[in-house]
Amino acid sequence: MILFVLRRLAASIPALVAVLTLVFVIVRIVPGDPAMAILGDQATPSAIAALHVRLGLDRPIWQQYLEFLHRSLSGDFGHSMVTGRSVLGEVAAVLPNTLDLALASVLVGVIIGVPAGVYAAVYRNRLIDFLIRMASLFGLSLPVFVSGIFFLLLFGLYWRIFPVVGDVNLSNPIDRLYKLVLPAATLGLVMAAYITRVTRAAMLNVLREDYVRTARAKGVPQRRVIWRHGLGNASLPIVTIVGLYVGILIGNSVLTEIVFSRPGLGRIIVGALNQRDYTMLQGLMVIYCFLIVVVNLITDLAYGWLDPRVREA
Amino acid sequence: MIRRTLRWIVGHPTASVGALLCLVMVASAIGAPILSPADPLDQNIIDKLTPPGADYWLGTDDYGRDVLSRLLWGAQFSLLVSFLSVASAMLVGGTIGLVSGYVGGRTDVVIMQVMDVLLSFPSLILGLIIVALVGPAMSSLVFAIALTAVAPFARVARAPVLSLRNRAYVEAGRALGFSHARILFVHILPNMIAEVLVMATLWMADAVRTEAALSFLGLGIKPPAPSWGSMLRDGFENILDAPWLSIFPGIAILLLVLGLNMLGDGLRDATDPMIAGQ
Repeated sequence: MILFVLRRLAASIPALVAVLTLVFVIVRIVPGDPAMAILGDQATPSAIAALHVRLGLDRPIWQQYLEFLHRSLSGDFGHSMVTGRSVLGEVAAVLPNTLDLALASVLVGVIIGVPAGVYAAVYRNRLIDFLIRMASLFGLSLPVFVSGIFFLLLFGLYWRIFPVVGDVNLSNPIDRLYKLVLPAATLGLVMAAYITRVTRAAMLNVLREDYVRTARAKGVPQRRVIWRHGLGNASLPIVTIVGLYVGILIGNSVLTEIVFSRPGLGRIIVGALNQRDYTMLQGLMVIYCFLIVVVNLITDLAYGWLDPRVREA
Repeated sequence: MIRRTLRWIVGHPTASVGALLCLVMVASAIGAPILSPADPLDQNIIDKLTPPGADYWLGTDDYGRDVLSRLLWGAQFSLLVSFLSVASAMLVGGTIGLVSGYVGGRTDVVIMQVMDVLLSFPSLILGLIIVALVGPAMSSLVFAIALTAVAPFARVARAPVLSLRNRAYVEAGRALGFSHARILFVHILPNMIAEVLVMATLWMADAVRTEAALSFLGLGIKPPAPSWGSMLRDGFENILDAPWLSIFPGIAILLLVLGLNMLGDGLRDATDPMIAGQ
């Protein structure tokens, strides 16, 4: 297992460089001049030139690239152009809120999605399957900023069960949990819809396998066949695909945080956008890259943990 | 003919309901100039924040503009942006996938790795940053949304090429001295059109959602032109006094995305021989 972990760690370095290169390329191929975007249409040429020097845009492109890679890989994600504080520091300050939300929503998604997907697969083409599939399609179609606003209207303003404003007091666990309910439900429903769909498909494949028939023939109880032989083997593709959806989860968490005015990465991004804080945005993108590569690594490792064959291959 | 259509509709309820929803949306977008009871930009300050009623069916906004008219005109914008971005992604991504799979070898490996990297990046964040750098305009919205959808189209176009390029009829074409372009576009392309179109429908749903999300965050077209996302944003700012301002655009976005998803899902089930045969 240790060898497997080391191999995966080594393999994720090229991936990281690739994603970082993508960030670099995107920031440069986008039409328009960032200095112009920051300063506005009426900027003087000398002001634009000065900003180019400050952002390092006057140097040759390969030099910019190498320096960008070197700084990113050594953990220097730059400083905000507006506040002058380090990007990493700003992110670290709010990260617990975003992690709370992400973890809670994955939990909601698994608790609803896995059983729903299993039932849909077992009762395939019956009414319950149809209903679960429709519900999951509905969940997939419901943008979080729409469902979030609807939840806010219903539970926050109409019934007044949950708070409308989400500034979180991290030291008070009850308050922290209470304010997490609506955002986590909003984001969790989307996750649940995805997980239901993936679980159903994976279970349908597994339930056709010979070993499931063998288990049934041996007289293993139906319940055990489904949950142990079936779900046990279906968990691999489920974990992989849930790992792939982290990108969507991140995007949706930004929107959810905005709707519930929770402090978090979403608020930092939108703040940086409004202030045209170019260096902050690039730093945030780099941090997202690290996050993606780490999640892919965790997914790979989970794969190895669940399936011994992957470890030895 | 009518009978066959009816039978298909009964056999594919999901796709049919989805198609109906999409048709209604497209019709109201095209018919906006006739259907809207008022000019979507016309301000009636006296009637501002009027709840839904006989005069204004869906109420008015902060400037006294008619919400129904703005919704209808907003449908035009949402559909146009999503259509243009998915069409460009389909063209660019599809070509990349076709060529990459056809050429094969190391070129294919490298191209697909680049696509995987692009695929792993959160599309909303990518869109946010692109629009922020370029400035809010319809073209930057289209560019941003299209870029996030290129990789999936490349993947879906590439997969069938790998198996098709060694088929007898393709080899026969090569033996006859057909150019690579002719083999690719005349002999291989038609075999994957169905799959690519199904995917385009599903990505339209995604594009509508991304456009609405960007507009909701204030990165859409410039006001006062109506778009569903920016209407939702305005509504959200008035959520205490005028809930209808957020409810109706929200429902409109939901119905269009749901319709496209149902259509795409239903079509996939109908065209996939694996599922259809079971």
